[in-house]
Amino acid sequence: MSLLSAKILAARAVGGLARRAGRGGGTSLPGKVLIRLEPEAIGELSARLPRGSLVISATNGKTTTAAMTAAVLERSGIALVHNRAGANMAGGVASTLLAAARPGRTIDGELGLFEVDEFWLDRLIPQLEPRAVLLANLFRDQLDRYGELETIADRWAAVVARMSSSSRLVLNADDPLIADLGRRMPNVTYFGVEDGSVAVPEMQHASDSKHCRRCGAAYAYDAVYLGHLGRYHCPSCGQTRPRPSISAEAIRFDGTRGAAFRLCTREATADVALPLPGLYNVYNALAAAALCLQLQIPLETVAAGLEAVAAAFGRAETVAIDGLELSILLVKNPAGANEILRTLVLEPGELDLLAILNDRTADGRDVSWIWDADFELLAPHVRRATCAGTRAAELALRLKYAGVPVERLEVIPPLAPAFDAAVGRTASERLFALPTYTALLELHEELAARGHVPQFWERTGAAPR
Amino acid sequence: MPERLLRVCALYPDLMNIYADRGNLLLLERRCHWRGINFELSASGLGDELDPDAADLYYLGGGQDRDQRLCALDLAETKQAALHAVAARGGLILAVCGGYQLLGHSYQLGDEELPGIGLIDAVTVRSDGPRLIGNVAIEVELDAGRRRVLAGFENHGGRTHLGRSAQPLGRVLRGYGNNGRDGLEGARAGNVIGTYLHGPLLPKNAWFADWLLATALAASEGLDPLADALEDAAHADARRAAGV
Repeated sequence: MSLLSAKILAARAVGGLARRAGRGGGTSLPGKVLIRLEPEAIGELSARLPRGSLVISATNGKTTTAAMTAAVLERSGIALVHNRAGANMAGGVASTLLAAARPGRTIDGELGLFEVDEFWLDRLIPQLEPRAVLLANLFRDQLDRYGELETIADRWAAVVARMSSSSRLVLNADDPLIADLGRRMPNVTYFGVEDGSVAVPEMQHASDSKHCRRCGAAYAYDAVYLGHLGRYHCPSCGQTRPRPSISAEAIRFDGTRGAAFRLCTREATADVALPLPGLYNVYNALAAAALCLQLQIPLETVAAGLEAVAAAFGRAETVAIDGLELSILLVKNPAGANEILRTLVLEPGELDLLAILNDRTADGRDVSWIWDADFELLAPHVRRATCAGTRAAELALRLKYAGVPVERLEVIPPLAPAFDAAVGRTASERLFALPTYTALLELHEELAARGHVPQFWERTGAAPR
Repeated sequence: MPERLLRVCALYPDLMNIYADRGNLLLLERRCHWRGINFELSASGLGDELDPDAADLYYLGGGQDRDQRLCALDLAETKQAALHAVAARGGLILAVCGGYQLLGHSYQLGDEELPGIGLIDAVTVRSDGPRLIGNVAIEVELDAGRRRVLAGFENHGGRTHLGRSAQPLGRVLRGYGNNGRDGLEGARAGNVIGTYLHGPLLPKNAWFADWLLATALAASEGLDPLADALEDAAHADARRAAGV
């Protein structure tokens, strides 16, 4: 037995113990142990993958984009090693590789597919040496954790500058912070939206990156699609949005249930009926398509894979409970929340909501961001909002100041009674849950305890084998 | 009763808004509306001349380093005299986080020094140490003999040191405050107020929104009470988060 094999066994044993001790799925613990025992484990294990690795990062949409990519690649018969559960720091990536490792320096899978946290990219890319890196967007997010947007953009620029010249970059042309990363790189694929009908009349309040990365002048936008994503140019130095080789055209929305678009390459087009809603999911699908197309997956397979994608955990996921359809829409930062709100108001009639705001570390301790999200859009559509979580009152207050009448608001911080109240008072057949990240985990535990969904690790295959 | 009006001028609202500063303006606007007080919001951006008599309350929020630099230079060049005139006539100026840093004499960032407008006797220095991040609660005495708590969140790399002639806004109960050392938070010179309690400070402290409103309107008899159950609960949560 090699030394690494022994360390793998030891790390797996820890994950099994944590599970049996009732500490949940143990999604990143075994990997953390493995890295402690063997700091180069990620590099050594990922080198076993015969077709190399793909890396996906973004502020918003990492998990969904990876799920879409997986749906396409698995349809093509490619066996993936994928951190499906969304544990996207070193421990999570190492746990995923650990679970797939087999004796004799082999691994159960051909291609690695890893979503990676924005701050871990610079540590994981040198180890994974990915064949392609997809960078999809940068939005204002949890300043207490991530710091200023420009700081992350600078870090990413340094990561890209050090990348192997054989790696391909797949970049969002519509995000100026992202598109600029490709400036001096040889192998870049750009994707973007080419549909003026989905433009918003003006840039939303919480938009970032209004200033040219090269010269500092304010960008001029011919069209704004989502946050600061759009068709832009710098009137001062002339930097323009790169022309995307893979684009989405003729976009149509079907409320919170889905969206359709035409996926276009320079040579061909395919119509995609996406079972996930909103322009943000069109962007996720477009990003996944661009990543898969540069792996030479046929366009028809890409389109079919996207149409078959299931909602990732808490991302427009629906659960049937007691004759009611619960739709779970993760909200975690202003740009993401605004897209959820923009999608929700497409629903006819008044909406019943269970909104859950936590301020734990993984949510960001600072809940200020709710005042940046455009709840004003939603306010006229609210029939009832039950507010839960550690900062339930401030969320209710945000809705009050957005224009929701106080008598339609209820504050019940603990989740279980809040859930009962929200379900009990829902007047239509649909209830929309808007949880922050740790609230989503709690909500899933609650749903699992009541038998509405399987346990998290059973669903995601996150458990160490 | 004569028509009452609150005029608020937001300085650089498209640049100095890093963490939901608009929540503060929203609190003022709605709380005026519910009391039948007219509310007028104007903005003053880069290069705009500032009229010191055009508003009752001038608001300056926080921004990213790049935006803060642009605003520092613009403040010094086009708005410094007007803001001094506002202060001299007893007008209200509320500056939060990055905006607060620009109220002092200067903000030293490594080799670079951003000019301040000198409304407060203070200097700020960017430290190599960690950013000061977390829930914070301070005790303030805005009216003599009446101590109250402001609760919020702070996130700043700069350390502010008050000079001899400056008064702090309050004393730190929990958190870091101006520099994490001297137990002081913010600064106050008459109706000029600066604080590191960033972003939506007023939603967590509706009483402070009303204090600003009453001061701006010179409503010594006070304001009509509002149904503030949610405001009180949000304030209590913010205090609890800070551990007070």
